[in-house]
Amino acid sequence: MIKIVKRDQPSKAIFFFTPILAIFLTLIAGGIIFYILGFKPFEALKFFFIVPIADKYGFSELLLKATPLCLIAIGLSFCFKSNNWNIGAEGQLTFGAIVSGGVALLFYDQEGFYILPIVILAGAIGGMIYASIPAILKTYFNTNEILVSLMLVYVSKLILDYLVVGPWSNPEGFNFPETRQFSDSARLPLLFEGLRIHAGIFLALAAVVISWFVFYKTYLGFQMKVSGFSLKTAKYAGYKGKKMIILVFLISGACAGLAGVGEITGPIGQLHREVSPDYGFTAIIVAFLGRLHPVGIIFASLVVAITYLGAETAQIFMQIPKYTGQVFQGMILFFLLASDYLLFFKFKFIGTKK
Amino acid sequence: MIVDINFVGLIIASIMASAVPLILASCGELITERSGVLNLGVEGMMIIGAISGFALMTVTGSLIIAIFGAMLAGVLISTIFAFLTQTLITNHVATGLALTIFGIGISAMIGKNFVGIPGKEFPVLFEGLKDTIPLLGPILFGHSIVFYFAFALPFITSYFLKKTKIGLIVRAVGDSPESASNQGINVRLVRYACILYGGAMSGLAGAYLSMIYTPQWIENMTGGRGWIALALVVFSTWNPIKILIGAMIFGGLTIIQFHMQAIGVRIPVQFLTALPYIVTIIVLVVISRDSRKIRLSTPSSLGKSFHKDN
Repeated sequence: MIKIVKRDQPSKAIFFFTPILAIFLTLIAGGIIFYILGFKPFEALKFFFIVPIADKYGFSELLLKATPLCLIAIGLSFCFKSNNWNIGAEGQLTFGAIVSGGVALLFYDQEGFYILPIVILAGAIGGMIYASIPAILKTYFNTNEILVSLMLVYVSKLILDYLVVGPWSNPEGFNFPETRQFSDSARLPLLFEGLRIHAGIFLALAAVVISWFVFYKTYLGFQMKVSGFSLKTAKYAGYKGKKMIILVFLISGACAGLAGVGEITGPIGQLHREVSPDYGFTAIIVAFLGRLHPVGIIFASLVVAITYLGAETAQIFMQIPKYTGQVFQGMILFFLLASDYLLFFKFKFIGTKK
Repeated sequence: MIVDINFVGLIIASIMASAVPLILASCGELITERSGVLNLGVEGMMIIGAISGFALMTVTGSLIIAIFGAMLAGVLISTIFAFLTQTLITNHVATGLALTIFGIGISAMIGKNFVGIPGKEFPVLFEGLKDTIPLLGPILFGHSIVFYFAFALPFITSYFLKKTKIGLIVRAVGDSPESASNQGINVRLVRYACILYGGAMSGLAGAYLSMIYTPQWIENMTGGRGWIALALVVFSTWNPIKILIGAMIFGGLTIIQFHMQAIGVRIPVQFLTALPYIVTIIVLVVISRDSRKIRLSTPSSLGKSFHKDN
């Protein structure tokens, strides 16, 4: 007989083992789904997870996709650790892109070293402004941040749509829904000739280092952790709850905004309707898969970035719809959440009594 | 300006038609949330319903099998959510998001072979009565059975929650799972049932889209309606009758856009589309700032896991 017993303490080893288990289970389940749909499972998985990153170009693309995911997930980990459910990173990314794109357009016919820093700063500020809305509503009006941040995603996408179709559309652009190209001074430098990977990756790495320092070396990190475990304890300890809520939202918004800057000043080079293939939502999976730990998030962002690339490759070579990537993303999160059960409960084998 | 009164009737009817999927999914989600469970997977369940309905209709040729099959598909996919959140006590928000992401993906995979296939005509009721009454004729008659069901659903839901014993149990579980459990109510079972019911309604909403509203399969065809349905539940302050009003406003804004452009009113389309979301936020702020109001209208345990230690 098997009995389920509650653990006295969550197991630390399992805490870091379950993400790997979740990825493994996702691969098996993915193979089964491919098989049911009439594809050869191993071939499909190969096209999905190995072919896309088999060469230098593929690896650069992997880092390119992992950069915004990592950056946003780092920001989100501040929120999630302190029990703030910011699920509107996609909106903060979009608004960051709008603000920084607007600034970049001001300088479209100018060159100068000072342009890029201004554009980047504008993006971070844009993301912060947008994230401050759910934060302020939560702290002063007791409003549910999940719903507010989510609603704002759609609003931001519509603002972007309005701008690129209307006032900001390229006057010489034959009415395409896009702005002018940014000047070269407003573009993040490419790291290698012929590859798309750009300097934005350093922003992500900086975020990783800073977040690690804040989480584990500062009083703020400790406060966040306590609030995450128990809001009552945090209140009892006299932490300034409201200030912290706003702070973590601002950090998370800044990161998402920077991810937006990275996209438009990196690979895209202008504003158009689709600045992000739902990086803001996918980053939530990354944050969980990385266990809200800075180093974990790096690995998680690489794993999840593969699902983006794999979907593209599989679409070209096997005519599998590109949305298949989302099947894998969804499954990873399902399996991860499910295997969290092992953190708190264990199976005990007991002999059957007769 | 002479306005044809029947034309106004037709516009109102088209607004109502666009409100149908929102009403169905919102009423389902409302029951789920009333039991204390926040399922953000509405969009995913809806799109699964859309592809299942369309695929079953194409393969079997039976509209009845297709409609019920879509509801069953919604139930099946929501079982994943129910199992994770209720049995394995996972976080509602994360699980719901995973459900939406997964649903959009898997529906596209299943739907690969159904792109570009024309849909079937869905029978409408009381077609002959349409021209008998001016204005009201096109509003009241000539719609599908799902349409009539959707407009009855808020009233049924309201009656269920207020007047029936099971409705009371659902509310008790949502407002105070601990005391409900102490009263001998199986909280987990009630929540399972409410989640699966929500899945069925979202599935039906999806089937309405792919079989009746725009009878064809397009990838990602729900286009955010699941999220609007979620917003509507909040907008309604968990009151089914107000869902009806909200869905008409949300649906109406989409329809009015076309007509406003036609008569040359210059308000950006995007502003109108964004309006429902902004209004929802405002409603949320208004009801939340007054802690008494929020306690009266929001299920107290919404989104919180409940685990009974054995």
